[in-house]
Amino acid sequence: MHGSGAWRGTEQVAESAEPLVVAKGLTKRFGDFVAVDGIDFEIARGESYGLLGPNGAGKTSTMRMISCMSPISGGTLRVLGLDPAQHGAQIRGRIGLVPQEDTLDLELTVLDNLMVYGRYFDLPRSVIRERARQLLEFTQLWDRAHDKVDPLSGGMKRRLTIARSLVSAPELLILDEPTTGLDPQARHLVWDRLYRLKQQGVTQVITTHYMDEAEQLCDRLAVMDGGRFAAEGAPQELIRRYSTREVLELRFGTADPTPIIPQLDGLVQRTEVLPDRLLLYTDDGEGTLGHVHRLGVTPDSALVRRSTLEDVFLRLTGRSLVD
Amino acid sequence: MSATPGPSAGATLRITPVGLLGTRRAGRLVERNIRVYRRLWMYFVSGFFEPFFYLLSIGVGLGKLVHTVHVAGAVVPYATFVAPGLLASSAMNGSTLDSTFNIYFKLKIAKTYDAVLSTPMAPADIALGELTWSLMRATTYSLAFLVVMAGFGYVRSPWAVLCLPAAMSISFAFSAVGMAGTTYMRSWQDFDKVSLVLIPLFLFSGTFAPLSVYAGWIQAVVRCTPLYQGVALLRGLDLGILSWTLVGHAIYLLVAGFVGLVVATRRMTTLLLP
Amino acid sequence: MEPTDRALQWSADTVTRPDAPHRTRRPTPMWVRSARYWMYQYKRTWRGSITTSFLFPVLYLTAIGLGVGSLIHHPVDGVRFLDFLAPGLLASTAMQIGGNDAMYPVMAAIKWLKTYFAMLATPLSVIDVLIGHLAWIALRLFVVCSIYLLIMAAFGTVHSPLALVAVPVGVLTGMAFAAPIAAFAATQVNDMGFSTIYRFVLIPLFLFSGIFFPLNQLPGWFQAVALALPLYHGVALCRGLVLGHVGVSAVVHLAYLVVLSALGLVVAARTYRRRLVT
Repeated sequence: MHGSGAWRGTEQVAESAEPLVVAKGLTKRFGDFVAVDGIDFEIARGESYGLLGPNGAGKTSTMRMISCMSPISGGTLRVLGLDPAQHGAQIRGRIGLVPQEDTLDLELTVLDNLMVYGRYFDLPRSVIRERARQLLEFTQLWDRAHDKVDPLSGGMKRRLTIARSLVSAPELLILDEPTTGLDPQARHLVWDRLYRLKQQGVTQVITTHYMDEAEQLCDRLAVMDGGRFAAEGAPQELIRRYSTREVLELRFGTADPTPIIPQLDGLVQRTEVLPDRLLLYTDDGEGTLGHVHRLGVTPDSALVRRSTLEDVFLRLTGRSLVD
Repeated sequence: MSATPGPSAGATLRITPVGLLGTRRAGRLVERNIRVYRRLWMYFVSGFFEPFFYLLSIGVGLGKLVHTVHVAGAVVPYATFVAPGLLASSAMNGSTLDSTFNIYFKLKIAKTYDAVLSTPMAPADIALGELTWSLMRATTYSLAFLVVMAGFGYVRSPWAVLCLPAAMSISFAFSAVGMAGTTYMRSWQDFDKVSLVLIPLFLFSGTFAPLSVYAGWIQAVVRCTPLYQGVALLRGLDLGILSWTLVGHAIYLLVAGFVGLVVATRRMTTLLLP
Repeated sequence: MEPTDRALQWSADTVTRPDAPHRTRRPTPMWVRSARYWMYQYKRTWRGSITTSFLFPVLYLTAIGLGVGSLIHHPVDGVRFLDFLAPGLLASTAMQIGGNDAMYPVMAAIKWLKTYFAMLATPLSVIDVLIGHLAWIALRLFVVCSIYLLIMAAFGTVHSPLALVAVPVGVLTGMAFAAPIAAFAATQVNDMGFSTIYRFVLIPLFLFSGIFFPLNQLPGWFQAVALALPLYHGVALCRGLVLGHVGVSAVVHLAYLVVLSALGLVVAARTYRRRLVT
């Protein structure tokens, strides 16, 4: 569907090694409040780049700046080699945006939403019609083409928003929390479609606060908190760098687990006390569990699992991803 | 039902002077509105009836009690006196309600404009596009009403042909100012303020009785209001009672419209692209 | 862990039990509890609507009553045009308020804010929810009509002590619209129906029910239609009371309004139940 060069819109961009997005010291201020505090990053052509962080980290503000919908307050930003302040409309003509809220046109049908959106790009109607059909089939919505948007389920609306963002055959796709609020089945369908797009060469920038989504979809990601980047790298690399291979989770019900921590000194590399459990970071979870039992400690439950990006985030910021 | 508009939407756009007024992109928003209303044509048609009912009730019915009115030295039947006033006020009502409710809904509730702005469209395109659409609707209604007026014999002068562009300038003024006002509204409660403005305008614009029946201070206040300007303009053209003040009325309306459009564009930019 | 335990403790102690010593009076009727909600949320908007309740009668009576009235040089139905017009406007204002309050607020309570559903999760039943809302509308009508009568008196159009009865008649007129329209609103999924009601029911009734000119000015069949519709009866009854000409026809008018309100209530109970209890 999204073939090699045929679909890259009317403005062919030379297949260069130039990164699609370059940000240096990027800042966004709302009055006194600093939402984005001087971040640097580059997004290469064809990669899936993620921004992982909790609500309020500044991810959406960053996305709005990249999609030329919000003027930057400081630093520099170049999208597709152009300056958003001067070439905003031109840039928007070449990127696709899947915003956090669906913003679908509730007064139009599914198909009409794509037709109208495509017209905002000044595309000829025949082109839009053909693409709309392909996109609706791609997102499995073709049988709902003439239905009103309102009665669709959350997952379908999301898929429609994604289909809509692709009408202009963009070089860069920006997705702000693409699967928030969807049930597991809908999420997997969206991930599958995004993966296929990636295989067809569409560069993606994704924000999320779901670690499984970040691990699944992103080639590289930045951990963002309080408007700043806490770390950047490939998911597995970040886990290797900032966490141990395994984690032992102990639950003690309402009892206070902190007294046993000094006893575990030397057995584990790090501990984290959460409201409902105790996390012990170690390279050998089972072995540590054995040690714990030998110390005479009896937790209500014990779980050995591998480290995730959640643990990375916890290490870097002291908080969990989902509040 | 066909999902595509075919040539009809494009043809309509070629007739309207969107290209004259501004960007072609504004036309895309008009296209969108046409697409929405294609399915709501019944609703569109029903909008014609209200001014028609008023004409029958106030013009004909009340006219049986009032008989005639003195206007600028001429004596006209009440219905002939009222008709141009109703044309003006229906232009006002139609444009204002369209530019307030619908735009507030798209702006704050459905957030339709957020999606529009993620494309090469700009807030100026949205403001101009909505204004053009509102004008197109209002002009259709005004034309229909004018035809009815002519059919009933309430048109007294060949100058009445200019009533159509004059009615359009009323729509232009109220659509633009209405849109600007809507960008300041923060909740549905604020819409009470809209009727708080429209009803006094409607009642005291010289539609139902010549200004001379009111106290001097009321007359002075009313003369400054936009609907009065529109009513006076339309009535002068319809009855063929011409003077240079009519030009003044037209200029008033056009200036009000332009100011409204500029304010609306600025406010939309502030609201949608923070 | 201690603060949480303490937080959970209090609710067990203070749960209201029917046999607890302080409950010596009868519990509030259910429909009053649901009406309270509407009174409470009115706190946000009362200033605006009280202003218009005073302002609009003044404007209409001045612009049309006095303004157009000065162009009419003979009595209308035996009285000044202003005296002819004013009571009719009271009835039509009641219709407007009753109709409007039964359209969007009802749909909002079902579809957007889901207020009714929140009420139904409590001991309130569908009937309580319906009556509570209609009772609130009736209260609002009472206030608006009273203010209207005051303004009319200020304009010198009240000519009989019977005019006081015009206030409950106004309320009844408003309810004759509110009840059936609420019944209708509960069946609607979008507000297209509302524009139809507004454009093809409320506006034509307002214009052709003998408020601005006597009905006998209309062609015969038109008169017959107007007589069958509720606003004319409210107008005629109010006019009779305010001017002091009350005859046998008043009973007919009254009966019509009562029957329509009752019918509306019965139908509303059905449609509400169908919509809210699935």
